[in-house]
Amino acid sequence: MDSVIQQLIHFFSALMLLLNFSMLAQRRVLALIRLLALQGLVLSMNIGCIAYASSLPEFYISLILTLVLKVWLIPFILHRLLIKLGMQGKIELIINLPSILLIGLALVIFAFALSASFAQNRTNHLALALASVLISSFMLIIKRKAISQVISILALENSLFFVVSSSTYGMSLVVELGIAFDVLIGLFIFGIFFLRIRENFESLDVKHLEQLREE
Amino acid sequence: MNLLFSIGIQCVQSILLIAIAPLLIGWIAQNHAWLSNKTGAGLAQPYRNLHKLFLKETVLAKNASVLFRSAPYIYFAAMCSITLIIPVFWSHLVFSDIADVVALLGLFALARIFLALAAMDVGTAFGSMGARRGMLISFLAEPAFLMVFFNLALMNHSTSLTQIVTTLLAHPFAINPSLAFAAIAFFMVLLAENARIPVDNPTTHLELTMIHEAMVLEYSGRHLALIEWGNHLKLLNYFAIAIDLFCPWGITNTPQMTALISAIPIFIFKLLVLGSSLSLFEALTAKVRLFRAPEFLTSAFILAILGVLIQLLVMG
Repeated sequence: MDSVIQQLIHFFSALMLLLNFSMLAQRRVLALIRLLALQGLVLSMNIGCIAYASSLPEFYISLILTLVLKVWLIPFILHRLLIKLGMQGKIELIINLPSILLIGLALVIFAFALSASFAQNRTNHLALALASVLISSFMLIIKRKAISQVISILALENSLFFVVSSSTYGMSLVVELGIAFDVLIGLFIFGIFFLRIRENFESLDVKHLEQLREE
Repeated sequence: MNLLFSIGIQCVQSILLIAIAPLLIGWIAQNHAWLSNKTGAGLAQPYRNLHKLFLKETVLAKNASVLFRSAPYIYFAAMCSITLIIPVFWSHLVFSDIADVVALLGLFALARIFLALAAMDVGTAFGSMGARRGMLISFLAEPAFLMVFFNLALMNHSTSLTQIVTTLLAHPFAINPSLAFAAIAFFMVLLAENARIPVDNPTTHLELTMIHEAMVLEYSGRHLALIEWGNHLKLLNYFAIAIDLFCPWGITNTPQMTALISAIPIFIFKLLVLGSSLSLFEALTAKVRLFRAPEFLTSAFILAILGVLIQLLVMG
């Protein structure tokens, strides 16, 4: 593997982590969607690097798939959904941002320590990508609105995809196509759920769902 | 002869930096004007302001102590002495061995402390409010700043700026993610410490939001001129540090006349680019509330630490 490509992959994994952190700290849902699209772009650039290095044609298909789906289609659908729900300017309540960031930092240290114990030769970007996965899982926990939770799931999926693509240099195309299709279908289902949730509770805050108890 | 030559370069560098500091502010203001579709006052406006202030009478409060009168001189002197430490054209400055980056931070802190104390000295409400706010911002910005320096120190095995620049110049260009994190953190610290827009508005005179302006509200005449000039110099110093740490190409390791002469326009060009990007960033962002400033600076700190962690990871 070319050393420039290696450096680029390393750089992209750091960028992925940075984007995850900024999504963690982001209050505006609209900006969250933009960051998700940017994350997709970084992911696709990473796949592009691997495709160039390995010169296998199926990686280019994967690249096009990522570009169309994750950079354009999913953010576009989310954006439309946001407008349809009438919450363009809405903000997410974050309690005590500094401590959230500090917990994120602890997760990064944990991921680095964890990845030091295995995969000796490719530790660097694996450690960074693992940290991204942990951060986006954490993001899933702290977000309060249903739509930002879905964005967190998509970010988690992006991060997982990044781990896979940078540590194994791609999976088989069938699996990749399957996952892409799953994500898309999942998004449609989420979209319908959003509309239903809002119809019932007139809000997308998940704390209202706690009322749905059988008593 | 050699020592004389080095001292000569040192003097030229410091005098040049002190002289062009208002020009940099003028350039940033001009960029601001262009971005908001105005003509602007021209590049020389800060010089005219300073000239006006130096000619004006200096008014002192009745209960102003020596501290209040000496603070502007200490502030300006601290900023001037920082210009002696930062390599701008040539990496092996004579005086740069005196102080490493931690001492550099100490000089910035000294200037800030005196300004804050002087603001509290007269005993007006605004002065002490501004001082407290300023200290809030800077005590949060300092750890992030230190972490940025530690990152570079880890990378280059030295805390001396000269050594850092020399090592960076000797290495071939490599994409380094930890430096990218450090650069973002540094930029955030720069904005906070120089009272730029997301944290403080440098042109505001609205009492409720001002931080730095409130601190120097009691000053007039030549005292105010020195503080203003010191502010300009502070921004220039931060820019010069940014150039040293993240984009040192153009600074020469060898004391050859041709290399030194070609280093000056490169440095000026980098300053112009940095100034334009600063004003572009300021035009695109809104000022945050005062109580959001700790969040802004915590983010800077976290980014700086992430940079250090990645640096440690790469070093194994």
